[in-house]
Amino acid sequence: MDLQETLLSSYLAFDAQDGPQRTLQDERAAAIEVFEQQGFPTKKEEDWKYTSLRNLTKTNFSVFPKEDASLKLEDVKPYILQDVDTYKIVFVDGVYNAYLSETTHEGADICLLSAALTKKKYAAVVKKYFNTIAEKEESLTALNTAFTKEGAYIYVPEGKVVEKPVQIIHFSTAKNPKLLVQPRNLIVLEKNAEIQIVERHQSLSENATFTNVVTEVFTAQNAQLDYYKIQNDHTEASLIDSTYISQQKHSHAKVHTFSFGGKLTRNNLNFYHKDAEINSTMKGITLIEGTQFVDHHTLVHHAQPNSESHQDYKGIFAEKATGVFNGKIIVEKEAQKTNAFQQNNNILMDDKASINTKPQLEIFADDVKCSHGCTIGQLDEDALFYLQSRGIPKKEARGLLTYAFANNVLQSVQIDSVKKRINKLIANKLGVNIGFDV
Amino acid sequence: MLSIDNLHAGCEGKTILQGINLDVKPGEVHAIMGPNGSGKSTLSTVIAGHEDYEVSQGSILFDGEDIAELSADERAHKGIFLSFQYPVEIPGVTVTNFIKTAINQNRKAKGLEDMPANEMLKKIREKAALLEIDSRFLSRSLNEGFSGGEKKRNEIFQMAMLEPKLAILDETDSGLDIDALRIVANGVNKLKGSDNAIVVITHYQRLLDYIVPDFVHVLHEGKIVKSGTKELALALEEKGYDWIKQGA
Repeated sequence: MDLQETLLSSYLAFDAQDGPQRTLQDERAAAIEVFEQQGFPTKKEEDWKYTSLRNLTKTNFSVFPKEDASLKLEDVKPYILQDVDTYKIVFVDGVYNAYLSETTHEGADICLLSAALTKKKYAAVVKKYFNTIAEKEESLTALNTAFTKEGAYIYVPEGKVVEKPVQIIHFSTAKNPKLLVQPRNLIVLEKNAEIQIVERHQSLSENATFTNVVTEVFTAQNAQLDYYKIQNDHTEASLIDSTYISQQKHSHAKVHTFSFGGKLTRNNLNFYHKDAEINSTMKGITLIEGTQFVDHHTLVHHAQPNSESHQDYKGIFAEKATGVFNGKIIVEKEAQKTNAFQQNNNILMDDKASINTKPQLEIFADDVKCSHGCTIGQLDEDALFYLQSRGIPKKEARGLLTYAFANNVLQSVQIDSVKKRINKLIANKLGVNIGFDV
Repeated sequence: MLSIDNLHAGCEGKTILQGINLDVKPGEVHAIMGPNGSGKSTLSTVIAGHEDYEVSQGSILFDGEDIAELSADERAHKGIFLSFQYPVEIPGVTVTNFIKTAINQNRKAKGLEDMPANEMLKKIREKAALLEIDSRFLSRSLNEGFSGGEKKRNEIFQMAMLEPKLAILDETDSGLDIDALRIVANGVNKLKGSDNAIVVITHYQRLLDYIVPDFVHVLHEGKIVKSGTKELALALEEKGYDWIKQGA
């Protein structure tokens, strides 16, 4: 049986279970139909031209964890930000772990989707927002919707500034090999609300894992979202992350994505402007080696006048690693005075590394500023010699130049603890001590 | 200190240096002059250890050790410093962070711990003052958007921090106005001592008014065709290089 068939038959069992998914019966039924008709995307589709899911769909992943995996804090400490006070929503093999988590209902709801789905007081918010901005006809998003049961639920009421960052962490353990987890996050920011979120996916074993996560975010007027994604660095872990952000007037949504490994990582990051004067920022650092594969597909849909979007993605590819960047910008006829910037710079460290990069601009307005640029190159040999002539050995010199290359993206990270963490991850990956703190 | 014997070297299969002989002792200042394309920059690049350059014949000894096979960083650890004619811009790394990394990598190579932060700070302040460098300058990205003068001052600042035994100044005067030239030369003169040596590579005599050489060598077509004292530089200024070319 291929994975699609396995999932379709698993759906029947999942649907028959008693659980929070019951409240979404209609949505899920419609979604599984979409998935059944479309199946997994193939390279024949334009959006998947450079990204093959064949290896994944040949693997017999299961959606049901067989064993309860418990974790000790010591085991996972390195993956949780410790030097800053945070809320935490932690999942282990797709199951909520209360012991490692710290949720709240004071001032804002920072809790579980399963709770939001079953408790009456959240019904209105769920009904108003759930599955309304996610692309219903996209098969992987539909697959996630069909199996919706758990994830993070964040609701920030009008005027509330959430003082502590929220960590959403997904661990995969050795207890459940070949597990497909499909977290579903719903994040709603009302007018003038503000929040910082750090989402991390971390595999703790050599097992193959597959995560198909969907996040819907709504930023009402003047709301501020600052979202960091730290993606799985384990060589057997695959991740498909579809994030849909719906923005109202004067809201600013920023997403930083740090991709440091994984067998296959695909990011579908979509911003939809529902009004004028909106700001969207997306930045990323991809630093991979071996046969790792990271794909960024971004979309910004400018629908109304006077909005801005900024994209800055840096990619460093060593050995046989492969990257994809596809940045789509749509500027509707009404969206005059749009400023849309897109930058994708890549360094190929070795002959067999590769990157496919493509800007995709669809502009229907006539008074706009859109710029895009992509570069592909190697580390500058003259710069290497310059550093070496100062006594910095080649390996460290390469590390320093790579760090410098990615630094632009790090500069805009607002949480110091995240910045330090990323810095350390980069230094570790490059196998160098950068020699200074950020 | 530096002893170059019959050095033939070049890159991409082209031999540029055609038998250089040069002997530099501690405490000495040597000037190497010559017309464009005579091999001046190649000589400095070869001494510093650029890996694209091949030594095909002859030897380079530093403190009695053949350094031809050493990488650029290993030569730096031994005390060789090259002030670049065109310093490379490195956005994303500040001057301070760069010099900290360089200092600590040099210490590491000698088996020393990182320099304590307060000591580092003190040294940076002291050497910056020597080159009349503003503290705001130190937190800018290395050479990015620097003026010609700022770049060269920054080179000599690095030299001051690293305290090399042998400093090669490659066209340090190019792109400098007279004030910057004075500051840079003044800095170099203060760093000059009986234990270290300086090789000044220059096209013009101008810099030698400030950094006075003990010896002047004229390079032409990859060979030193004439050596003398500082008066030779003055004669070149007056007569031009054609005089040498004809003699060669």
